[in-house]
Amino acid sequence: MLARILALVLKELTSLWADKKTRFVLIIPPLVQVVLFANAATYDVMHVPLAVWNEDAGVQSSELIRGFTYSRAFAAGPEVFSPMQAQSALESKQAAAVLHVPQDFSADILARRTTHVQLLIDARRSNTALIVSAYASQIVSAYAAKVTRAGAGPVDIALTYLLNPSLASRWLILPALVVILSMMMTTMISALSLARERELGTFEQMLVTPLRPVEIMLGKAVPSLLVGLLEANIVLLAALLLFGVPFKGNLLLFQFTLVVFSLAGVAVGLAISSFTHTQQQAILGVFIYAAPAIVISGYASPIENMPLILQWASKLDPITYMLVISRGMFLTRLPVSLIWAQSWPMILIAVALLAMATQAVRRSVV
Amino acid sequence: MTSLAALHGLTQNFAGPTGTIEALRGISAEIAPGVITGVVGPDGAGKTTLLRHLAGLLRPSAGRVEVFGHDMAREAAKAYPYIGYMPQRFGLYEDLSVAENLSLFADLHGLTGAERDERSNMLLEFTGLAPFTRRLASALSGGMKQKLGLACALLARPRLLLLDEPSVGVDPASRRELWRIVERMMAQAEGQMGVVWATSYLDEAERCASVLLLHEGRLLSAVPPADFLAPLQGRVYRVTLPAQKRRQAVAGAKTLPGVLDALVQGDTLRLVLAPGAPAPDASRFGGGAVSFVPPRFEDGFIDRLVTLSPQTAPSPALAVEPPHDGKPVIEVRHLIRLFGDFTAVDDVSFSIPRGEIFGLLGPNGAGKSTTFRMLCGLLRPSGGTAHVAGADLLTAAATARQKLGYMAQKFSLYGELTVRQNLDFFARAYGLRGGARRAAIAEACDRFELKEVVDSTAAALPLGVKQRLSLAAALLHEPEILFLDEPTSGVDPLNRRAFWARIGQLADAGVTVLVTSHFMDEAEYCDRLAIISQGRVIATDTPAQLRARVRSEALPDPTLEDAFIQLVGAAA
Amino acid sequence: MSPRWQRLRGLARKEMLQILRDPSALLIAFLLPVVLLFVIGFGLSLDAHKLKLAAVIEAGSEPVRGISEALDASPYLNVYWAPSGQAARLALDAGQVRGILTMREDFAERLVNPQRWPAQAQLAVNATDPNTGTLLSGYVQGAFSSWLAGTMTEDVLTPPGGIALETRFWYNPDLRSSDFIVPGIIVLVMSMTGTLLTALIVSREWERGTMESMLAAPASMAELVGAKLGVYFVLGMASMAMAAILTVTVFGVPLRGSVLLLALISALFLIFALAQGLFISTIARNQFVSAQLAFLSTMMPAMMLSGMLFDIASMPRWLQLITCFIPARYFVSALQTLFLAGNVWSVLLPNLLALAVAAILATAATLAVTHRRLD
Repeated sequence: MLARILALVLKELTSLWADKKTRFVLIIPPLVQVVLFANAATYDVMHVPLAVWNEDAGVQSSELIRGFTYSRAFAAGPEVFSPMQAQSALESKQAAAVLHVPQDFSADILARRTTHVQLLIDARRSNTALIVSAYASQIVSAYAAKVTRAGAGPVDIALTYLLNPSLASRWLILPALVVILSMMMTTMISALSLARERELGTFEQMLVTPLRPVEIMLGKAVPSLLVGLLEANIVLLAALLLFGVPFKGNLLLFQFTLVVFSLAGVAVGLAISSFTHTQQQAILGVFIYAAPAIVISGYASPIENMPLILQWASKLDPITYMLVISRGMFLTRLPVSLIWAQSWPMILIAVALLAMATQAVRRSVV
Repeated sequence: MTSLAALHGLTQNFAGPTGTIEALRGISAEIAPGVITGVVGPDGAGKTTLLRHLAGLLRPSAGRVEVFGHDMAREAAKAYPYIGYMPQRFGLYEDLSVAENLSLFADLHGLTGAERDERSNMLLEFTGLAPFTRRLASALSGGMKQKLGLACALLARPRLLLLDEPSVGVDPASRRELWRIVERMMAQAEGQMGVVWATSYLDEAERCASVLLLHEGRLLSAVPPADFLAPLQGRVYRVTLPAQKRRQAVAGAKTLPGVLDALVQGDTLRLVLAPGAPAPDASRFGGGAVSFVPPRFEDGFIDRLVTLSPQTAPSPALAVEPPHDGKPVIEVRHLIRLFGDFTAVDDVSFSIPRGEIFGLLGPNGAGKSTTFRMLCGLLRPSGGTAHVAGADLLTAAATARQKLGYMAQKFSLYGELTVRQNLDFFARAYGLRGGARRAAIAEACDRFELKEVVDSTAAALPLGVKQRLSLAAALLHEPEILFLDEPTSGVDPLNRRAFWARIGQLADAGVTVLVTSHFMDEAEYCDRLAIISQGRVIATDTPAQLRARVRSEALPDPTLEDAFIQLVGAAA
Repeated sequence: MSPRWQRLRGLARKEMLQILRDPSALLIAFLLPVVLLFVIGFGLSLDAHKLKLAAVIEAGSEPVRGISEALDASPYLNVYWAPSGQAARLALDAGQVRGILTMREDFAERLVNPQRWPAQAQLAVNATDPNTGTLLSGYVQGAFSSWLAGTMTEDVLTPPGGIALETRFWYNPDLRSSDFIVPGIIVLVMSMTGTLLTALIVSREWERGTMESMLAAPASMAELVGAKLGVYFVLGMASMAMAAILTVTVFGVPLRGSVLLLALISALFLIFALAQGLFISTIARNQFVSAQLAFLSTMMPAMMLSGMLFDIASMPRWLQLITCFIPARYFVSALQTLFLAGNVWSVLLPNLLALAVAAILATAATLAVTHRRLD
């Protein structure tokens, strides 16, 4: 039995390597994607164009405004002089926020009277709007503390960032990219490998040989798994070497979890292709699976915010678990118990899907 | 009389997976109106490429193509309205009905009003499709699809009708009808329409006014069949064969001096001799009466080919000598297969003893492949049983599959792998290890003449070599039983003969062979045949007996095709 | 009727019949968008509601009722009162909470006594999400301020000479992320749908050999491509209309701009997507390669580089330049403005032009590679 599986594995690998285009597609696009997306995916809010409507002529207002423009978060935008202009600046996206300093600002500050400033924020992008608002209030309170020397607000909160002292948000995306990019490739390859054989007729030829359905499944799973590992490691290397992201966990242990994850990805791909008759349909299936799977894994937004039914669905998604492991292992020494807690669901998913796919192959002899 | 189209030194090269493929090499010819010009040759000869040039779908790598005086490389658009083209694979929309397909082509050709209705109705009647206008094209039989394709190509009264293998795989009755339709349309066009009919059926060549014979991109001949066959007059003989040990007799005949070709035809052997060779001495191989026969197109083809590519002697027999216990090796009883409410296989039964070559003969869609697949364990029967070497392959262990070798209809090995890699995979899949595997592969390369191409990618190989590879892969593990599904469709006559010689040797060595084919002539190679039509076995007997059944005054010397048509007609 | 119109009509009718009789095109046009809209629309929420916070009082004393009231009352916080600092830390490491608020022993006393302000606390955040720190800090401040507002008078809260910051959120005062994400999903869906629809068609034609017989008829390549694009365009617009209706009804995103403009902009983008799909499937005969190309050129840019998820202005300059070549970016910007702001021409016009250019270029490219011939 092993000899037959080995035969199939060798054949698959030879086949993958033989085609120049496939070789290219296995190596170049992941690299390109890593570079592009690691740079694109920033949750930092920077250089937000700030329009200033300053009705005050005093020094204090200029100081406050400088506090804004000097900060990383804001960049100097157009000056406006009326409500209409402010509105137009926001609407046309020339500015993402308008700071309105009233006429008596400096006078009030000097006289130790309470004063207001107003901030109008374009909330079409609501998440950045919130963050802009938070930065703005930090800047205002910092200025207020400096100037008034009065007590600050009721609560003083000292913010410390654990695990990640320099706060580069690309550290958030790269562990995730290792997971997502390799999943896409693995699923696509395993799905297409079966669909292709069916379409070309070589599948039947295989069925006539002593190869059993289980052996066929394993023979297809192993090469795809190897490809998945390759992809994950390409992105991992890029993260470690190109971007200089440190890896605190145990690399060997990480490889083991990657194997489990790749197996799950392969299982998904094989399951998808066992329902399809042509390569086109297999591709369609992978697309339909990928977009929702990436979203409900909690990659871009927290699972706890999702409706209940999607939260349950995310428990069936291997990406969810691997994301936790990957992020955890990059940034801490995740204890083995936690790693195991995230791994066994993936193993379960993989086994269940492989069994389903094998059954479908058996029944394809209908 | 001006020609409709002319080819001047037409050369076409394609970029293939491993270097350039020369599909056409310097072809020069003319297509005359009012007649049917045949383009004949095996698969890969360049027929489709030539037709595509005439249709204006390709630009020549060198040379010129003129249709109605227009240079197709630059002014093709001017010629399009007058060309009718029927591509090789069904150029129909399967999701559309007969009427919708016709309507589409009518729209494309700008037919309107009375003329449109008239033409459509006439063609529907000619083709016998009038009662089926609402049926979806996918639900038509093979023959009906081809007729519809022909109708669509004829709609706009083309002056040049290009037909790419319109009759391939179609049942013999429909084949004849296609010819009748075309001839009738030509008569209607009063000599204005010219037809180019591409085919790999050499017997169709004889019906054409002039034949362009292609082989590997070269034009071997461009003359009317009569002229083509003139040199063979007096060189073709027919010798009756003994009832027993027929294959040995044939092998013996081949060794006679000057014999270019020896082909079994029923109980006789057809011999083609080199020019100047003496009449064959039948006693040398146990044959009977010798007589002259008029040469056929195939004889002429063989004649030309043999000078081009000298044949090597077929290699010695295999050493397989499995135990003989007298039980039938393949047993099929009341086999039924339904697809929805369509009965593909309807109560089929036959049994095959060891060492016999058994053929399932019938057109596409008759149920041969379906029966086959049930035997191989690829399809579950709806009823009845199918046993191979005593086991039901659907449920049997892997060991049962070990005894079976399978060669599919379409090339089903791995195109992207080399010959060696393919053989290696199948050797391993069949459990050959280490030294045994290497030895088996080496022997296969030797026996099937694959040594030269052992490191070439399978997809790049010509069709004949692909067939050899498929057969080699099926035999690596020395199976007792061989299943061959349309093994020689499209292959040139020489390769086809070599193939059957090998099969014959295998059978002599005790391998049981089950073959399917739509090619009536090939059936002659079989020991016994089952004629299948529309899912039912019409008759099971030796080829000689089947022909004897329909022999009559009107048909004193029936071919198997005649037998097929008569027997199917009688059973209907 | 002129021959050309007759041909087009015949071809269009053929395409329509094929679509109606073959479910996969309908599945792509209608089922796929619905699935994506629902899963991503409900699943992807960038609203930072209900962040989980662990709260600990140093020395493990019980939280004074006021403090727990204050924090628990916040609509943005989901507070877990940890029995000890270690327990809180474990929870943070396991991903169960986003931050740890550690309050000094005297926090409660100092909080209620303005003389002893500020009461001090430390907020430790999981740095994998730096913005969460800023947000959590803001929410905690807000929670205490609100609570205090209930127990003290206004002028106590804002110390004399302090600066009060009033923030107004325009166009989306409820700060619902779905309001900008869902239009983004429409872009993703249109992108994928458009490309997949056309990719399917071409290869099927080649497989079935119908491409050949079409080519031999007097129809020109422009007519063949045009008829296909035309019918699939109608299908795509129907799909778009359905997506837009779902956006407004199910997700409650307001449409403040004109429907006509929405249709126009969608039409331009759809033409681009369809042409792109045809282009890909024509040049890539290999299915695997064309799948990768389709994925690379539609899904990933639409998700990552179009401005749907990540703000383009915050990306490095060179990347911003690259996004200029991605039509999805203009579509996202236009949709966000159309839905949430209205007919703002200064934003819409450049986007319209860019999309028009994209559509024209893509169609031209497709026509160029789809030869009338087979070579």
